Amino acid sequence: MAKTTQRLQAPKPVIERPPAITGLLAPDRFMKLVGLILFIGAAVLPFITATPYVISILTSAMIYIVLAMGLNVVVGYAGLLDLGYIAFMAVGAYTSGILTTQFGLSMLETLPFVILACILAGVIIGGPTLRLRSDYLAIVTLGFGEIVRITANNLQVTGGPSGIHGIPTWSFFGWSFADGLDIAGIHFNSKILFYYFVLIVGIGLAVVAVSRLGKGKLGRAWKSVRDDEDVSEAMGINGYATKLMAYIIGAVWGGFAGTLMASHLSAISPNSFEFLYSALVLMAVVLGGMGSTPGVIIGALFVSLAPEFLRDFSEWRFLLFGVLLVVAMIFRPRGIWPATAVLPFLKKREIPQVPPTETVGVLGEEEAGEAELADADRPGKIDDVSARNAETAPSESMDSIAIDGQGPPQENETKGEGRL
Amino acid sequence: MNASISNDTTAVSEVPSAAVGRTLLEVSDLAVSFGGIKAVDGLTFSVHEGEIVSVIGPNGAGKTSAFNCISGFYRPSSGTVVFDGETITRRKPSYITKKGMARTFQNVRLFKEMSVLENVKTGMHGNLGQNLFDAMLHTPRYRRSEAQCTEDARGWLDFVGFRADDELLVTQLPYGEQRRVEIARALATQPKLLLLDEPGAGLNHNEKNELMQLIRKIRDLGVGIVLIEHDMGLVMQISERIVVMNYGKEIADGTPVKIKQDPVVIAAYLGEGDE
Repeated sequence: MAKTTQRLQAPKPVIERPPAITGLLAPDRFMKLVGLILFIGAAVLPFITATPYVISILTSAMIYIVLAMGLNVVVGYAGLLDLGYIAFMAVGAYTSGILTTQFGLSMLETLPFVILACILAGVIIGGPTLRLRSDYLAIVTLGFGEIVRITANNLQVTGGPSGIHGIPTWSFFGWSFADGLDIAGIHFNSKILFYYFVLIVGIGLAVVAVSRLGKGKLGRAWKSVRDDEDVSEAMGINGYATKLMAYIIGAVWGGFAGTLMASHLSAISPNSFEFLYSALVLMAVVLGGMGSTPGVIIGALFVSLAPEFLRDFSEWRFLLFGVLLVVAMIFRPRGIWPATAVLPFLKKREIPQVPPTETVGVLGEEEAGEAELADADRPGKIDDVSARNAETAPSESMDSIAIDGQGPPQENETKGEGRL
Repeated sequence: MNASISNDTTAVSEVPSAAVGRTLLEVSDLAVSFGGIKAVDGLTFSVHEGEIVSVIGPNGAGKTSAFNCISGFYRPSSGTVVFDGETITRRKPSYITKKGMARTFQNVRLFKEMSVLENVKTGMHGNLGQNLFDAMLHTPRYRRSEAQCTEDARGWLDFVGFRADDELLVTQLPYGEQRRVEIARALATQPKLLLLDEPGAGLNHNEKNELMQLIRKIRDLGVGIVLIEHDMGLVMQISERIVVMNYGKEIADGTPVKIKQDPVVIAAYLGEGDE
């Protein structure tokens, strides 16, 4: 007999699994390929059209992807509704804005401070509130978003309502994007260089890193907390710490997007961080598909580019935007590209033959189970639960069940016993 | 009815010998109440290493509440739970799981948006050596730990007799298979003690027999097992000791043979005056 101090070791798998799918049409590889093609496409684009307008909106769109991927950790993976996410972007933008314009640091040098400030903001807001269940959390985050904006509006150091101007672009050890770059006779100006920077860093950090995070140990912990927090506790996952982690990572990503936005626009003001933008980023995640990398990218692109295409409708554009969203949610309630979706033409694994095991009332059991689940969680409802148990417990002669007091479940139970 | 309790003595498994290991779990005088209702009222029992103990009782007797207290989901109003030499009363469930107590739930509660494999891997959370940056950068350490984790998860799935595709979503599985996945997920936490809350509910006769074999197999690994079960046939065959509860109170504790002949137990099940 094993000693108690020694932990159980997993047995070796005994059944042979079907080989992993190979070839270009394997879902994983195909999606990576599509991603690579899109990345190359985005990299080639400035050679085709490089008007400042196009570059500017594409840079914004990419910053939105960073932002949306950050919120995807919080909302998509961990299932925490955050209605004030833009506040983290504000923290990042203001931290780098203040440090560059008033303390003469370069953008790169502000990065550690931005990360620290965001972690701090994440802990301050998440620490006390993540013990709450989701509805309350949503309200608190909504408040937090407004607090940050109003604080920025009223402080001296943040420039009050007019904000901060003249935020420099990124520079590395004395060389700045503003200097431009000539490669093989082609001149890359500051905006285009910044576009490439956002493309590389944004894709690398936001898309690749976040989607990888979603697949590892932490990603599983987040998803388990989202699906069923009690059970995830029973798996040895500290729900609070896990949620706080999601919150902090979301905050850091949001802050990073903020510094990118600050140097992209070179000016920030409290108006850039209104509730509308929190809602827009949340929309990008929900519309695209919570927890789904391709979905969130599509959502972020839609949310950032659609207003540009709808510019002709001037004041009406947000109305039209709203209608489009409602229609999208009616036809794709789980998002444009749900997390579990696989393109239909991709190869699927061959499902091994399942030995014929009979199952009893799969549907009925599940439904009864769900109903019971809702009650069993509620303490003080013991009689109710026991009555439900009576319904689900195996019984051959239904007529033996009386409907009064404590008797029936017990009676019923003995019936079950007599059977076997 | 009485006959059915006392006449299948033949099915009773070997009575516990002195060979049981050291004490894993000691519950003493456990009580919890919800708004005046005493769901558990003075429960005392212990479980040894490699022992199967069943907790039975009529519906509403407080069995699941007792489980929830032991595994940390409810805060007991009084009493203590000592697990593996440490008092774990009022500890968080995640802490208790890390200490080596795993549990399943009365209604299968799997993570619905994850595949079978991911569900089992989630159970290994505490034993994986990888951090945030490993996952983001896909370091060799990350690849190693994920590969090991996948293999272990498949090992547990095979151990519990799961035969369907492990990359299916759990909601695509029939009920019986979901039960197996839940047990595999609990085993993946590397428990010393496993609490099974009605593992046989909703299973047919064959599946129950397989379940019984599985429980014995788990016991043979040296894991202590506490079982809540309604199916007397299963309980009588498999248990080494049985704790009987009624109205939150413990009314009997003993070997299956003793329990079957206990007039208090019979009265609880059939109502007073029946004997």
